[in-house]
Amino acid sequence: METTVITTAPDNAVVIQGAPGLMEALPAYGFTTATYVVAAVLFILSLGGLSGQESAKRAIWYGIVGMGLAVLATLFGPGVGNWWLSILMIAIGGTVGFFLAKRVQMTEMPQLVAGMHSLVGLAAVLIGLNAQIELGRVLRLGRTVLEPNPDPVALERAGAAWASLRGFAAMLAHKTPAEIAMLKIEVALGVFIGAVTFTGSVVAYGKLAGKIDGKPKKVRGGHMTNLAAALASLLFMILYVAGVGPGLFWLVLIMLLAGFIGWSLIMGIGGADMPVVVSMLNSYSGWAAAMIGFTLSNDLLIVTGALVGSSGAILSYIMCRAMNRSFISVILGGFGGEAGPAMAIEGEQIAIDAESVAQALNEADSVVIVPGYGMAVAQAQQSVSELVRKLRAAGKQVRFAIHPVAGRLPGHMNVLLAEAKVPYDIVLEMDEINDDFPSTDVAIVIGSNDIVNPAAQEDPNSPIAGMPVLEVWKAKNVFVSKRGQGTGYSGIENPLFYKENTRMFYGDAKKSVDSLLPLID
Amino acid sequence: MKVGALKETTEGEARVAVTPSSAAHLQKLGHEVFVQSGAGELAGFSDALYERAGVTVLPDAAALTDAVDTIVKVRPPSEDELGRMDEGQNLISFFYPGQNAELLEKARERGVNVLAMDMVPRISRAQKMDALSSMANIAGYRAVIEAANNFGRFFTGQVTAAGKVPPAKILIVGAGVAGLAAIGAATSLGAQVYAFDVRPEVAEQIESMGAEFVYLDFQDSQDGSETGGYAKPSSPEFLAKQLEKFRELAPDMDIVITTALIPGRPAPKLWTADMVEMMRSGSVVVDLAAERGGNCDLTVPDQKIVTDNGVTIIGYTDFPSRMAAQSSELYGNNVRHMLADLTPGKDGTLVHNMDDDVIRGSTVTYQGDITYPPPPPKVQAIAAAKPKERQRELTVEERRANEIAAFREQTRSQVGMLVAGGAVMLLIGLFAPASFLSHFIVFVLACFVGFNVIWNVAHSLHTPLMAVTNAISSIVILGALMQIGSGSAWVVILGALAVLMTAINIFGGFLVTRRMLSMFQKS
Repeated sequence: METTVITTAPDNAVVIQGAPGLMEALPAYGFTTATYVVAAVLFILSLGGLSGQESAKRAIWYGIVGMGLAVLATLFGPGVGNWWLSILMIAIGGTVGFFLAKRVQMTEMPQLVAGMHSLVGLAAVLIGLNAQIELGRVLRLGRTVLEPNPDPVALERAGAAWASLRGFAAMLAHKTPAEIAMLKIEVALGVFIGAVTFTGSVVAYGKLAGKIDGKPKKVRGGHMTNLAAALASLLFMILYVAGVGPGLFWLVLIMLLAGFIGWSLIMGIGGADMPVVVSMLNSYSGWAAAMIGFTLSNDLLIVTGALVGSSGAILSYIMCRAMNRSFISVILGGFGGEAGPAMAIEGEQIAIDAESVAQALNEADSVVIVPGYGMAVAQAQQSVSELVRKLRAAGKQVRFAIHPVAGRLPGHMNVLLAEAKVPYDIVLEMDEINDDFPSTDVAIVIGSNDIVNPAAQEDPNSPIAGMPVLEVWKAKNVFVSKRGQGTGYSGIENPLFYKENTRMFYGDAKKSVDSLLPLID
Repeated sequence: MKVGALKETTEGEARVAVTPSSAAHLQKLGHEVFVQSGAGELAGFSDALYERAGVTVLPDAAALTDAVDTIVKVRPPSEDELGRMDEGQNLISFFYPGQNAELLEKARERGVNVLAMDMVPRISRAQKMDALSSMANIAGYRAVIEAANNFGRFFTGQVTAAGKVPPAKILIVGAGVAGLAAIGAATSLGAQVYAFDVRPEVAEQIESMGAEFVYLDFQDSQDGSETGGYAKPSSPEFLAKQLEKFRELAPDMDIVITTALIPGRPAPKLWTADMVEMMRSGSVVVDLAAERGGNCDLTVPDQKIVTDNGVTIIGYTDFPSRMAAQSSELYGNNVRHMLADLTPGKDGTLVHNMDDDVIRGSTVTYQGDITYPPPPPKVQAIAAAKPKERQRELTVEERRANEIAAFREQTRSQVGMLVAGGAVMLLIGLFAPASFLSHFIVFVLACFVGFNVIWNVAHSLHTPLMAVTNAISSIVILGALMQIGSGSAWVVILGALAVLMTAINIFGGFLVTRRMLSMFQKS
């Protein structure tokens, strides 16, 4: 394998001249690599620091410093040109990002994160395309240089161009054919994953922002169409790597097909599964970055991409486990077929007014609040926080029970409650609080439905059977704040609403909670 | 329809089946309400009060029976009362069809439709008409009051200038509705309460009421959910163990309240004569099961006796009637809920829907047929308790064997994965260039690091994690920066765009994460 593009033309002196350019850059390259090692360690620390609320505040600085170091080292590193353009773009992007981050409401966090993933995906696609353009250029030059009977003028021009190759292109010029094939695989994969991430994130953004209907929609042909698209892109990938025909054309086709797959895949997933989708897209954006890292032979990109990719994958796994569903069934969309008739529900939904709820709260010693997406929609977190403050001031034990998939983003509820200044040590996870419901006087369910559905435990035919749920019905009194008598995202009836100790507190969550506030003493 | 309440004829019965307040609700259902003159007198509801509530007061039982379609009362009807009724008339009262076979036959002969309040199935929808529970609640409370009345001491412990008073120790046997009510009343009077029940699942309820559950170590304990929440007879071994426990407790107890009943059987003898003998002078036993023969050997139904060693044994059977105002109120509500279910249209027309579990269950005679016993209800009364995994204490050898097996299993799966992974690696290594493999090692190691780090991330920080990983994944900016210096115009344009987008992400992602994290605060 010692034959390289360069040395296959031993009689060509022009090519040899290209080498010193790279040699000059080497010392600086060592500096850059050293910085990358530091940045990689900082990123790992940054993710690891998220194990606790206090250490997280420090951890985020590790991430920022790591990113800053990496960008600076690259800017000052070898083969980077158009310095001013880079700085300008970073400045513009930074300003946009700054205002986005300042403006965004905490309830809009899911769509913001989804939207940002789309940017990473698109950037990965662009970089992949760039790599192909550069590769094509370098290969063309190489071909000219290797012409058996070279036209002297063309050869000289090509030689000069070869010598002037900088940065990425210079690196490409030194690759062996096997390396080039590998590089093409990486580019194709990077573009594919990047495009899936991009369209998938755009759809997820649309669904979360309410711009696209949240209900699962199947493309005609469903999985078969997706499979066909995937197979076709595999075919184009093979053609592309084999070097048959125009490389860029194949790459663009792969990009379009991948974009279609991402779009149809996420369109088929319902709103309730969005936490999984968002973390999955997060994972994809990481893998795309890792692929780009391979393309560019940049270890920092590989490390960071792998970190992000595996973190997203684990988060998705955690979310799926919380819903007792396999990852595959979530991604392919829709619940499995109904196993049998759902259990008939006995009783009636009994409504209650604010006075009675307030009275029960005044008499209670321990209160557990179960927030869900409805609280986010109604922007009720501030009111809930105020209610909690009053109840705690009255010496009652008040806690929050958070289901892993409450809301539309992993940990969504925690962030909303934190925004409303609810102290995090009274915000508990499902496993921490489920055993305490029997000794709880009042459980208030605010805008959540499926995560408190007893059918998951009682009815083996329920679509959500076996999903771990918060056992609120074991509390002495359960109040459900809900807009109307509709079902949750999964579209199934909730027997909780019909239980003897459950009272329905109809109305907008924020208005309902606000109406309680003056009545609590 | 016309609904009328008879004056109770049983001696000492002070309750009445319709109160002025329940009459108002009945009228809302479209019914016309009647009472026999003086029916509510003993419960504190005068005829005048009824009249004020719009109830027609009729002078005697005969007139009332003639005037109405549906008769409501408390106690099972006497022969006379039943004799006055005609075909097609309805009767709602306690009936105890299991014990009163003759009366049941008589009702069938007369063609009277009888709805027995004691037969209301124990399902959650029917709780509002469960008169047994509402009466048991009162009996439990009253049992404590009677005990206190006959116990010459404080319930609550006190340290006074005149000396120290220990708290009364109370044992409550049987934690059904009555037992739990008694626990509640006794603890709020300040006594130290112990409670026993054969169904271990009620331990939680007992403790929630503030009493201590008397734990009996026995393998074969009952699951009450199979029998609709009631207890069933215990095995002789269990009974022996139980009595042994009681004997151990007897000398220390000041007050014993027994409430143990098994549906359709005489009350089990749980407090034997020798236990009474062991009790201190001045102690009190209240036997709520006296009507069914009593849980205590020495109980005399309807009487209060004092044994030779000075223990008072109360065998009253009319605890609810001793609080007639309260019990009439609750019973009246039970009856009116029953009538509400019978008049679904709220238009005063009675619909005797025999497909309804509750109505079917309570109906013991209907249109000249005996419909007792009812078929089992379609709805399970209480969700079957999940079989408790009895955590058997493993022997040391077994535990070690398990550990070794688990270890082997783990080793096998790990080795399997390593072999498979190694094979894939070799395959890649055979074809891929060396420069790729050096990067690939980095990639695999980074995946491992990410895998191990992320598991520790706190659940509540998943959203910040997403935001920060999003920002970090913008590291692809490096790629764009390396390409932007190219000579090709296209590459520069695309590279510049990529830099712009990733820059948005970096700044936006980190800032928003910081914003989120700064909101988390401790209380």
